[in-house]
Amino acid sequence: MLSKIVRTVANQLILFILIFGLYVIAHGQITPGGGFQGGAVIVSGVVMLLVAFSSKELKKSLRERVLSIMESTGALIFIILAFVGIGTAFFYNLLVGTPIFGHIPPIGPNPGDIWTGGVVPLMNLAVGIKVVAGLSAVVLALALFSSGEEVEE
Amino acid sequence: MRQVTGLIALIVLVAFLVWGVLPPTMRDFGYPPSDMDDYIIENAQEQTGNNNVVASVVFDYRGFDTLGEATILFTAVTGVLLLLRASKRRKESS
Repeated sequence: MLSKIVRTVANQLILFILIFGLYVIAHGQITPGGGFQGGAVIVSGVVMLLVAFSSKELKKSLRERVLSIMESTGALIFIILAFVGIGTAFFYNLLVGTPIFGHIPPIGPNPGDIWTGGVVPLMNLAVGIKVVAGLSAVVLALALFSSGEEVEE
Repeated sequence: MRQVTGLIALIVLVAFLVWGVLPPTMRDFGYPPSDMDDYIIENAQEQTGNNNVVASVVFDYRGFDTLGEATILFTAVTGVLLLLRASKRRKESS
């Protein structure tokens, strides 16, 4: 555990890191980024907490079982969304034109619309959940292992 | 003997690889000129509704590749957690 200054600053900063990561995940169909990148941003915040506080403290709030369930859920949602368009092709974007994320942007440069993209925003969300949970579990498990603790079930 | 066998295997492998990239078996470098990316750039906004064409390629046109990527991550996480749990179990039993 580091000094009180570091812990306080990390406490304030984690909020902005979470907001930025969620922004990158949620705007994957408009701006550069997506599920993998935004998930990595959030996991960098988790690593910051891991450095500022000790892994023993972080173990109390991040349970390994919850992270496993989150990762499996993300993977399942991703595969289910891939199978949604199986009538035409695997990974067919069925939701374009429907009321769910169905707006079609004009061809060429345009300011963008959050309600576009069909299944792509949902897939970004699923992959984001998966990456956040998976990488957090790996980082936490490695930190606990190197500090002589055990992974909490 | 073993070194000779290894040398022969190496020569055969290198000859196979060189044969694979020589012109009769492979097209000339950069040919045919880019058809696929022109198609994607022109049609991605209309077909997938994405302003971010890269996202439309990653999650729609080449979604199968992303599925493999996700599987790699899943396997890596499973392996790490399994390894650390196995070491814990061994410590308990011994």
